[in-house]
Amino acid sequence: MIAHLFMRQGVQILFVLAMAPLLAGWVRQCRAWLANRAGAGLLQPYRELLRLLRKQPVVPHEASALFVATPYIVFTTMVVASALVPMITIHLPLAGAADAVVLAGVFSLARIFAALAAMDLGTGFGSMGARRAMLVGFLAEPALLMVLFTPALISGSTSLVVIVRQLARHGVILYPSMAFAAVAYVMVTLAENARLPVDNPDTHLELTMIHEALNLEYSGRYLALIEWGAAIKLFVYIGIGAALFFPWGIAQGTSSAGLAIAYALFSAKLATAGAGLAVIETVFAKLRLFRVPEFLGTAFLLAVLGLLMRYLFGH
Amino acid sequence: MHVPIGLPWGLILGALILWSLLAFASLFIPKAPRIAPLIFPLGALGALCVAAAGLLALQGPPVTMVSPLGLPGLPFHGRMDALSGVFLVLFGLTTVAISLDLTGYRAREHYPVVARIGVQYHILLASLTLVFVAADAYSFLIAWEAMALSSYLLVVTDHHTRGARRAGFLYLLIEHIGALAILAAFTILIAQAGTGTRLVYTFAALHASHPDATVAGIAFLLAFLGFGAKAGLVPLHVWLPQAHPVAPSPISALLSSVLLKVGIYGLLRVTFMLLPTPAPWWGLTVLTVGLLTALLGALSSAVQSDMKRLLAYSSVENVGLITAAIGLALLFSAYGLKALAALALIAALYHCLNHAFFKGLLFLGTGSVLHATGERNLGRLGGLIHRMPRTAFMMLIGTLAVAGVPPLNGFASEWLILQSFLKATALPRPYLAMGIPLGAALLALVAGLAGYVMVKFYGIVFLGRPREARLAQAVESGPFERAGLGLLTLLCLAAGLWPAGAIALIRPAASLLTRADAPITISEAGARVDVAHAAYAPAILWVALGVVALATVLVLRARFSQAPRRAAVWNCGHPVIGARMQDTAEGFGQPIRRIFAAFLAVRSHHPAPDDRVPRYGSVVEDRFWEDLYRPAARGFEAIWAWTAALRPRRIAISLFCVLATLIVLLALAP
Repeated sequence: MIAHLFMRQGVQILFVLAMAPLLAGWVRQCRAWLANRAGAGLLQPYRELLRLLRKQPVVPHEASALFVATPYIVFTTMVVASALVPMITIHLPLAGAADAVVLAGVFSLARIFAALAAMDLGTGFGSMGARRAMLVGFLAEPALLMVLFTPALISGSTSLVVIVRQLARHGVILYPSMAFAAVAYVMVTLAENARLPVDNPDTHLELTMIHEALNLEYSGRYLALIEWGAAIKLFVYIGIGAALFFPWGIAQGTSSAGLAIAYALFSAKLATAGAGLAVIETVFAKLRLFRVPEFLGTAFLLAVLGLLMRYLFGH
Repeated sequence: MHVPIGLPWGLILGALILWSLLAFASLFIPKAPRIAPLIFPLGALGALCVAAAGLLALQGPPVTMVSPLGLPGLPFHGRMDALSGVFLVLFGLTTVAISLDLTGYRAREHYPVVARIGVQYHILLASLTLVFVAADAYSFLIAWEAMALSSYLLVVTDHHTRGARRAGFLYLLIEHIGALAILAAFTILIAQAGTGTRLVYTFAALHASHPDATVAGIAFLLAFLGFGAKAGLVPLHVWLPQAHPVAPSPISALLSSVLLKVGIYGLLRVTFMLLPTPAPWWGLTVLTVGLLTALLGALSSAVQSDMKRLLAYSSVENVGLITAAIGLALLFSAYGLKALAALALIAALYHCLNHAFFKGLLFLGTGSVLHATGERNLGRLGGLIHRMPRTAFMMLIGTLAVAGVPPLNGFASEWLILQSFLKATALPRPYLAMGIPLGAALLALVAGLAGYVMVKFYGIVFLGRPREARLAQAVESGPFERAGLGLLTLLCLAAGLWPAGAIALIRPAASLLTRADAPITISEAGARVDVAHAAYAPAILWVALGVVALATVLVLRARFSQAPRRAAVWNCGHPVIGARMQDTAEGFGQPIRRIFAAFLAVRSHHPAPDDRVPRYGSVVEDRFWEDLYRPAARGFEAIWAWTAALRPRRIAISLFCVLATLIVLLALAP
């Protein structure tokens, strides 16, 4: 039984590791199609990762141990975070070890290390990137927690497993309060994953970059780990969103048929979310940095509205 | 003695006697420098005794004693219960580390200074112990005053500088406003409990006297004011950012880790164990003040450029979090939800412990940095991770703990606080059930800001390039300092990895205060903590992180094992890199100044277009100076000027007025 549990956990981790670059490729391909370009194909991120892994990394003279350790820490935290989310099945040994709040904390651990590593070399871009990344992070955190509170109040617990079990039991209905929370969640996801309109993942424009400024000095396998970690992060955020707002199809039992359906359904959810992300990124322009607080403030208020709705109408 | 002294009292008495002897012996340090290396390690031994006594008090039932000291007919009463136990453990363990650090500190100061610190420090330790075990208003206030005065003297150790004297005066002033409020609170309670000529002054008798709602409310407000001044709650927090930077670093550590917690201890002791069942507005007041304190502390710490002032504001923030959790506990017990009150109290006490450990660690670490570089200003530090690698590593642990990220201890207690906030839906009033989760969002903002502040602190002090040439001469801290830092690092790791142990330790205190057990279950050999099906298992998380990290390293080493090449920094191809191009403390605070301008008093100076030498600058002050203290000071000065004008010129008339007032008051007395 326990061996089975851990096998399921292991399979989910491998699934995430394998699929995360595909998701990144899918989003890029969708964006290319929307912009009437041919695109580099779905497999491009895999090729890039392989190329980076094979290359000899370059480490600056001034780098401390923190700089070298950070890619491993970021990658590890993202992989562990992916193991905490019930994406396919609720029977995961690790999902019981942490609730949604811990998950938010795990992400902020990775963010803090990334910011510290960017400051390690004492470059202007690095420290400015660190400052901006932390700014977006601490503004997103209250909004994210507010989003989590609505389902937590409906199900009486902040554990994702309990939330999924409770919400899925009620059948395919969308609570009005959850609709508000879902919109807020999308906004938080955009900010936390350095996507448009908060940050442009495709640019190294010095004045606007946030996420890219943190990895400027990384190369070779270190950069591969960071890029892969970022892809997993997006994957996990979509996984959390699916668990909170579309929990149907997540395997409640332990049958292999149920698991197979769950994998298929989750892949479909991923594809939809990825396409939606591409549409958002195509339609919206990048915000100025000091509009980001307004953006995340809006997300926060939407989440609060959802919460009030839940109190006032009980839905 | 009426009760035979058991082991806990033996340990406490032993520590008190030891510290008194050490205080006395410190006087002779200038004459006989050879005794100096012994003083502080022996003090650490006393602290260990106190921690052991606290542990014993947590295991067993409350033990009381009546000491032969005191005025005739008014003996001192002592009592050690679970609440004292938690704070004795906190105080004892932190003090061991601080005493170890002072051993190293001693080696680099002049003997007269060391002698002074030795005397005052050990008197402070003794009076702190007495505060935690006092069981009547009389001995409590005496111990309180001894603590206030000895800590004041320690704050002004460096009394040759004007800044230290001013900060010390502010500390003494606010301390005494607080002490007066506490005295008034006790006086009201004693006055209403008095029957005939017998003076009721023990805590047990005061609790049994059941004051009515109005009296209890007034006493509560006064006690909250008094203990809030000690703990550093808004608006009486202004002494913290002034006193911490001027005090010697180990003393700053003691101030932040222990002395602020004395205010929390007093608040808990009086509101939960002296006064009757709280009214809802008490909890709401404490909760609001706590949240406000947390937010202002976090915002202010983000814009500081003095590293000790930054940490002092961060302490304000943490005390705010603790107070908010206590307010929640008061609200829960006002509505009879005792188990939830116990949950909130466990969260508050756990955060007390954690804050003592990580803030002690950071202040001792800044002491090492200060010693190595002579610099407190963030704008002149940088790159110390290469010069002081061990200190930097231990400070990294402390930094992450303050930032509140798993799997360290700061996160564990903040998680519990958040969980108890979410339980507010059980409150019967809709506005509370709806409003308090918004408070939880404020907590999340504060936690996020703490992360921002800590990245700023650590990144600017330890990472990057040295901003001054002489930082290249900085050396690693000495063995005693490292031992102190190491002990606190271990405590941070232990309290973070094994929350079940810390909760089991605190649980008796929360049960004592609320007479209920908190709805926390601990499973899987103590690794997992559950609150309403939401679990946190840091040990499992650590194992998972470790396994994945190891697997990643092994796989990469097996397949892609090219050794990295060392080269110059790329920096987008910009060839010139100087230490001046790094972000400064002011730069890091800039987004906060801009977004939260309404909460801060910012005075910026921008150059005019025709300036020969453009000058940029901005000064951030505490808003409370502008909006509260300066107007209040002006008002008082006006009143004084008026009374001075009224005052008769001859002293005989003044004396007559005093006498007349006395007679009138006596005539009015019932």
